[in-house]
Amino acid sequence: MQLILHLLNTTLSTLVDVAPIVAILAAFQFIVIRKPPPNLGRMMVGFIYVLAGLTLFLVGLEQALFPVGETMAAQLTDPKFLYGDAHKFQAGFQPFWWDYAWVYAFAAAIGFATTIAEPSLIAVAIKAEQISGGAIKANGLRIAVAIGVAVGVSLGTFRIVTGTPLPYYIMIGYMVVVLQTFWASKEIIPLAYDSGGVTTSTVTVPVLAALGLGLASTIPGRSPLIDGFGLIAFASLFPIMAVMGYASIGNFVRRRVRVNASGENLNKDIDPELEERQ
Amino acid sequence: MLAGAFRDLLPIVLVIAFFQVAVVRQPFPDLGNVLIGFVLVVIGLALFIQGLETALFPIGEAMADALARKGSPVALFAFAFCLGFGTTVAEPALIAVTGEAAKIASAAGVIGADTDAMQSYAFQLRMTVALSVGFALVVGVLRILMGWPIQYLIIGGYLVVMALTQFAPEDIVGIAYDSGGVTTSTITVPLVTALGVGLASAIRGRNPIIDGFGLIAFASLSPMIFVLLFGILV
Repeated sequence: MQLILHLLNTTLSTLVDVAPIVAILAAFQFIVIRKPPPNLGRMMVGFIYVLAGLTLFLVGLEQALFPVGETMAAQLTDPKFLYGDAHKFQAGFQPFWWDYAWVYAFAAAIGFATTIAEPSLIAVAIKAEQISGGAIKANGLRIAVAIGVAVGVSLGTFRIVTGTPLPYYIMIGYMVVVLQTFWASKEIIPLAYDSGGVTTSTVTVPVLAALGLGLASTIPGRSPLIDGFGLIAFASLFPIMAVMGYASIGNFVRRRVRVNASGENLNKDIDPELEERQ
Repeated sequence: MLAGAFRDLLPIVLVIAFFQVAVVRQPFPDLGNVLIGFVLVVIGLALFIQGLETALFPIGEAMADALARKGSPVALFAFAFCLGFGTTVAEPALIAVTGEAAKIASAAGVIGADTDAMQSYAFQLRMTVALSVGFALVVGVLRILMGWPIQYLIIGGYLVVMALTQFAPEDIVGIAYDSGGVTTSTITVPLVTALGVGLASAIRGRNPIIDGFGLIAFASLSPMIFVLLFGILV
């Protein structure tokens, strides 16, 4: 009974969320384009799939994932779990960063897993595979992005534990992205930049927020309001590096295979960066 | 279809099960509810992906194509702006983040501690982000029309973010950096992706993979700049 009520409630709020989008699409269709879209009936059915799918997805997440994820984030950051008892954890006590090893591991694992399930990333990956004619594999792209999120979020929790300033990390990250951009093939650059924005939506954000909040509110000297933020920034920046890295590795492997097949001297091609710089 | 969705969700199940059993060593709370929820998530994801292919992608591409054929850049920019602004302004994640931001500003003494001041601050911040996403999509569409390489614009944006960070109050930096990630929701992303790809396919001389992607990158970068500016000015 409660589940049904929850379903109805979520359906309603999904409709409210989607209303402005539908209004904009309809307005431009009728006022500016002035002719009905092709396959209108089929699209309507598809739109109902989207709404129903999103509603079930959200209700299911709230039922299954979020409570467990939040409890787990709270348990892993609890001083009792970390140190056996709480009294060590008084004002002035600075935790040693390695005490939080399980938190970094959990952040990486849950960041990876929620990114694989992220519907907007699935959408972008499907589209990229379609228009690249299969040169970019949807699953390869998703795994690369998920690895990026895993590394990023793990580093983000390390930052909260150590209390180091966020801008330093982000600026160094930007520099790495800029350097990679010079070496990356131009087909992958727009996709890599896009992948930063799509990783953090329905599934990932609530779990990360709980983790950030849990950490920032238990460690002395961290403010949940200020230090709790920033994990999403990490989760948006690192996939850009991961996707460009994935593409470079792919290029490198392909080149090696080609060189091997043509029987040329392998040593000549051993450093792809050197080669590209020349 | 369901099998695919199940495979997508398997990593979450494994991670949670491992940490629950091996690390935290607590019994699984409420296993029945969790299982029902998991079944709902699998069905929901399968339906969503089905709808993606039959509705969201075709709608986005058909509209991009029709607007490109009309040959009116103004209509195209207006559409891009409305799509960016309209999908962001009501985004629940954004509403949550701006609410938190108002608490921070109030704790830092930038605004008063009463609910009125906090609400109006949160509302202004939300409008700032929504405007910035609308603006970002207009710039992104302009880039597709002109065929500019994306990296100069994005790297330029990074430089602006770095410069503004030096002047912005420390409290707003975390929110500003996070605001880039929360603006792009599950329905917006497929529509915006299809818009870019559709435009790049409809315009001669544009390559869908090089010119079509990148709109989301603009939509994630520009809120950072606008929120930092907001922090400096307010």
